[in-house]
Amino acid sequence: MGAGHSHPLHVHGHSMVHRMAPHVKLLALVGFAVAVATLPVGAWWAFLGLAMLLAVALVAARLPPRFVASRALVVLPFLLSALVVPFVASGHDATVGPVGYSTEGLAAGLSIAGRALLGVTASIVVAGTTELPRVLAGLERLHVPQPIVAIASFMLRYLEVVAGELGRMHAAMTARGHDPRWLWQVRPMAAASGALFVRSYERGERVHLAMQARGFTGHLPRLHDEHAAPRDWIVATTWAVAALAVTVIATVMA
Amino acid sequence: MHAPDGFLTAGTAVTTGVVSAAGVGVAVRRARESLSDRMVPLAGLTAAFVFAGQMVNFPIGGGVSGHLIGGALAAVLLGPWLGTLVVAVVVFVQALMFADGGITALGYNIMNMALVPALGGWAVFRLGRRLLPDRMSSVPLAAGIAGFASVVLAAASFSLQWLFGASAPVPFDRVLTAMLGVHTVIGIGEGIITGLVVAAVVASRPDLVVGAEGLAPTPGARRRLGPFIAGAVATTLLVAVGVSQLAVDDPDGLEAVAQSQGFDEVAQDHPLSGSVFADYATEGVRNERVSLAAAGLAGVAVTLAVGSGVVLAARRRPSSPA
Repeated sequence: MGAGHSHPLHVHGHSMVHRMAPHVKLLALVGFAVAVATLPVGAWWAFLGLAMLLAVALVAARLPPRFVASRALVVLPFLLSALVVPFVASGHDATVGPVGYSTEGLAAGLSIAGRALLGVTASIVVAGTTELPRVLAGLERLHVPQPIVAIASFMLRYLEVVAGELGRMHAAMTARGHDPRWLWQVRPMAAASGALFVRSYERGERVHLAMQARGFTGHLPRLHDEHAAPRDWIVATTWAVAALAVTVIATVMA
Repeated sequence: MHAPDGFLTAGTAVTTGVVSAAGVGVAVRRARESLSDRMVPLAGLTAAFVFAGQMVNFPIGGGVSGHLIGGALAAVLLGPWLGTLVVAVVVFVQALMFADGGITALGYNIMNMALVPALGGWAVFRLGRRLLPDRMSSVPLAAGIAGFASVVLAAASFSLQWLFGASAPVPFDRVLTAMLGVHTVIGIGEGIITGLVVAAVVASRPDLVVGAEGLAPTPGARRRLGPFIAGAVATTLLVAVGVSQLAVDDPDGLEAVAQSQGFDEVAQDHPLSGSVFADYATEGVRNERVSLAAAGLAGVAVTLAVGSGVVLAARRRPSSPA
């Protein structure tokens, strides 16, 4: 149970964003994400405006740029599909060399790519500056249904245990010469996954018994409760409202 | 399939958000009815299993590897409601803490990766159980078919959302063709792995597999890959042929039609209206009919599968001990 307080996306630090109460950060993230998701197609200055707000948050969080960039690659498949949009969109009205494309599709594709990048980077800022238990406490404060938060917290606590078990099985298979290259060689890995399921389920039952022995009734006590300083609220609200304002102005102008 | 923020329109995000929240709410209630206070640790541990399972890279061939999506697997192993709940939590956590999938895209991501694969996969699984001989060896086979179908249904579900909430003027039938084409191939891998994992669990702990309830364990309940692969290949060919028939439109031909009808000017006037239906109006009746037929087919398939999954899940509840 060594999951502790960090996760792959977390970067230890003491910046202003790190110290901010998690529920405030999450609310600001939701506000920013709504602004990003509703950005009108082709309003490039608005994209630029949100990117600048995001840059402010990145600088304030003091996250290493290379780390943020490598994590943002998770949206790569969608960036690639956005690149294809101008060519598969209806109504080709311009050409690059011999290939026709749609200017309307080009604007839409670029907008999809821009939104994807802005959204993922904002999520990275929050995930990178907030330890897992604090994210969970923030969710609870925001009245996300308790069972969902409790299940998520169990999942995160045991993720490292389960993944470690998987890693040991994999190491044992490799040590015995297992090196699958083709789809018809997957049976051992599938069997390992099956064993992993049985072990996870049985561990769940054992954990439940251990919890009952300690008085568990179906509800978990709230531990990391944090109050937000007024300054947190002011900073986060200003930031999120600025983002929403950019989108509203862009929508009115479009 | 973790779609980012703003991939579909705001209306679609809100609508799918409401549907997903309702679906997850029902799943929580049903799971708690059957598990009571065991729900939290069991769902948490099995969610960790699904999360870890998605990190396993299975070789496909020639250096390419894929990974499990897990909706149908979770439904077969844990039952439709706990399965839905577990995969929904995984998608939720991936968006919030691993920046994988947009926050505002949670509605359609949960719908496409949890509700549709788990409930649709469950429906297909039950259908497979009904059609196959009533013995333990049918369970992995039915699970494999459900795994394949769950991916195809998820792709169809995404395409349908694109029909109503497209953020780019790409016609629905082209999205559907591309999505079904790619995901039919992905589905074969998902189906094979789902079947094999279920076979492994059935071989050691058949009592844990909700989908195998009421069956006596029989030895040698594995080694049934052949029929599944044959079935999957046949379905692939069928889908490929069928979909290519639906998507006969030639882009250049359509462009020519639009130009000759003067529609491309009209299209220029509303370049950002974003509605796919608007595009269809400019693209000629034949294509419209074809597109709507495709939309209808996809919609019927997804709705039927998810609907019957819900019904089956609700129906088998009284017979199962709490």
